Amino acid sequence: MPRGILRVMSDLLSAAISIAFHGLAYAMVLYLISVGLSVTMGLMGFVNLAHGAFAMAGGYALTTLMSHLQLPFWLALPAAIIIVVLASLVLERLLYRRLYGGDELDQVLMTMGLIFMTVGAATYFWGPVAQPIHPPDIINGQIHIGSRDFPTYRSFLIVCGVVLVTALWLALERTRFGAQVRAAVDNLRMAQSVGINTSRLFALTFALGSALAALGGALGADFLPIVPGYALGNLVLFLIVVAVGGLGSIRGPFVAALLIGISLTAFSYIAPELGAFFIYALTMAILLWKPRGLFGRS
Amino acid sequence: MAAPDKPLDAFGRRHRFSAFEALPWLITVGAYFVFPDYLALGAQILATILFALSLDLVLGYAGIVTLGQAAFFGTGAYTAGILAANGWGEPLSGLLAAAVGAAVVGFCSGVVILRTAGLTLLMQTLVVAAMLLELANKASRFTGGGDGLQGMDVWPIFGTFRFDLFGRTAYIYCAVVLFLAWLLVRAIVHSPFGRSLTGIRENMLRMHAVGAPVERRKLTAYTISAALAGISGALIAQTAQFVGLGVLGLERSGTVLIMLIIGGVGQLYGAFIGVTLYMIAQDRFATIDPVYWYFWIGLFMIFVVLFARGGVLGLVARARRHFGKES
Repeated sequence: MPRGILRVMSDLLSAAISIAFHGLAYAMVLYLISVGLSVTMGLMGFVNLAHGAFAMAGGYALTTLMSHLQLPFWLALPAAIIIVVLASLVLERLLYRRLYGGDELDQVLMTMGLIFMTVGAATYFWGPVAQPIHPPDIINGQIHIGSRDFPTYRSFLIVCGVVLVTALWLALERTRFGAQVRAAVDNLRMAQSVGINTSRLFALTFALGSALAALGGALGADFLPIVPGYALGNLVLFLIVVAVGGLGSIRGPFVAALLIGISLTAFSYIAPELGAFFIYALTMAILLWKPRGLFGRS
Repeated sequence: MAAPDKPLDAFGRRHRFSAFEALPWLITVGAYFVFPDYLALGAQILATILFALSLDLVLGYAGIVTLGQAAFFGTGAYTAGILAANGWGEPLSGLLAAAVGAAVVGFCSGVVILRTAGLTLLMQTLVVAAMLLELANKASRFTGGGDGLQGMDVWPIFGTFRFDLFGRTAYIYCAVVLFLAWLLVRAIVHSPFGRSLTGIRENMLRMHAVGAPVERRKLTAYTISAALAGISGALIAQTAQFVGLGVLGLERSGTVLIMLIIGGVGQLYGAFIGVTLYMIAQDRFATIDPVYWYFWIGLFMIFVVLFARGGVLGLVARARRHFGKES
């Protein structure tokens, strides 16, 4: 029965396209949030568990600017990122800087403390309910390609992600700043000896990472709802992306985010109850095979 | 620990009981009579001290930074809970089963994850706990899933001491179990085995060089610690007669770490001080305003890390050194 086989084939194909599409959008959000974490961890060797808090702050800032100050989306988004970047620079100066090169346990504790503070503060200001993000009409609705419909917002996420990945890659590979970052990741002492101002470099990378996280958090509210427990609840997910991808790399987290985004989406179609298991098992297997992650340097 | 003039003397004496070590137990006994209305909270505190003590063994002595200690706590709690909900409510054998169950989980995960270090190890401990949480969530036929495990029927201890409404039995039960566990942990950390754990924490390469079986020692400590955490989870389950998914959560691993840090890591008594302070403060503040609680504890944590390293015991030691110099 060729017609029956054809129908099955076409169903499979449309399922595969749909999984690839939504998985890609999810992966972009994960990547935007986690890449900063990967670079700061690789660069400063700092276990920053509170990185997700910057993503959450981006989401809250965006929704507050839009609903209370009535700012349009395209203005509120950069404003939200700037707010988060300023906050992150202050925190870097006041808190993070003191623990660079320090005890891993101290870093875990301090950032855990920060997470708890954000949980309390977010509940106080916004309450326990998830904050909705209303994207403007131009990126709402559906795009028709051939006989299929794709949600415009998620297509926008993918485009955003691709543009930023490319920009980030170019910035790191082609600019002076990127060369300094790579040098410092490879050999911090040597980088300092040749006169790179690593202290300023740390602050800049930290701010850049927070900006990307804020963007990812604000745009990704669709996948990761903006709730007070955000930083704690999604911590495992972000850390998995970073650890699987490899510290200090920008390519690694991208591959890891793709892997996780697409497999979680695929499982949500096939067997929703097994998705998380699969991710955890995959993570353990990859880390046992390559303790430094897929693209980590030895 | 003050620097002794004759180090070997200190080695010989360090396992002996000092008068100060009776203090927590005097307080435990005294609290029973002084605060008869708070015995339920007291039992919770005692059980959580055991949990923190189990963490101290791996973190403070073996130097394994973990964010997944709740995996063992939760395994113990669910083991005891599921037994009691399915017709076997004998508490002591429940504790034993919980210890064995948690030890098995600790051993199996330890074999796999203890080979790594640093962030990778931290991740692995997190992932193990997350996996078990997911398992408990999905196996709702046995665990009750998100609604929690209900219908636990815990029998009287030795067939005579019934768990009463005021928590008297629960308090004494937890106190006795904690006391026995404390004796065990105390013996472990002062034994040659415990000394070699400290050696591994301080300088792993060197311990390899002197021929210590580092991996095996770490695995043994991890398994013992898991068993203790399992007992602690079982105590909480049996005295509360309820088990929720929270026993396996990251929040539980995080807060016990915070409690231990407040008291002081690697000193055996940090667990006693930290847990008591934290839980009494939580009981006071959380009833006034549960929302702020997280904010303040987070702020306090940052303060401890930046300005009061070593927790309460660290402060005491610093004060002693300070005044010792002046006199």
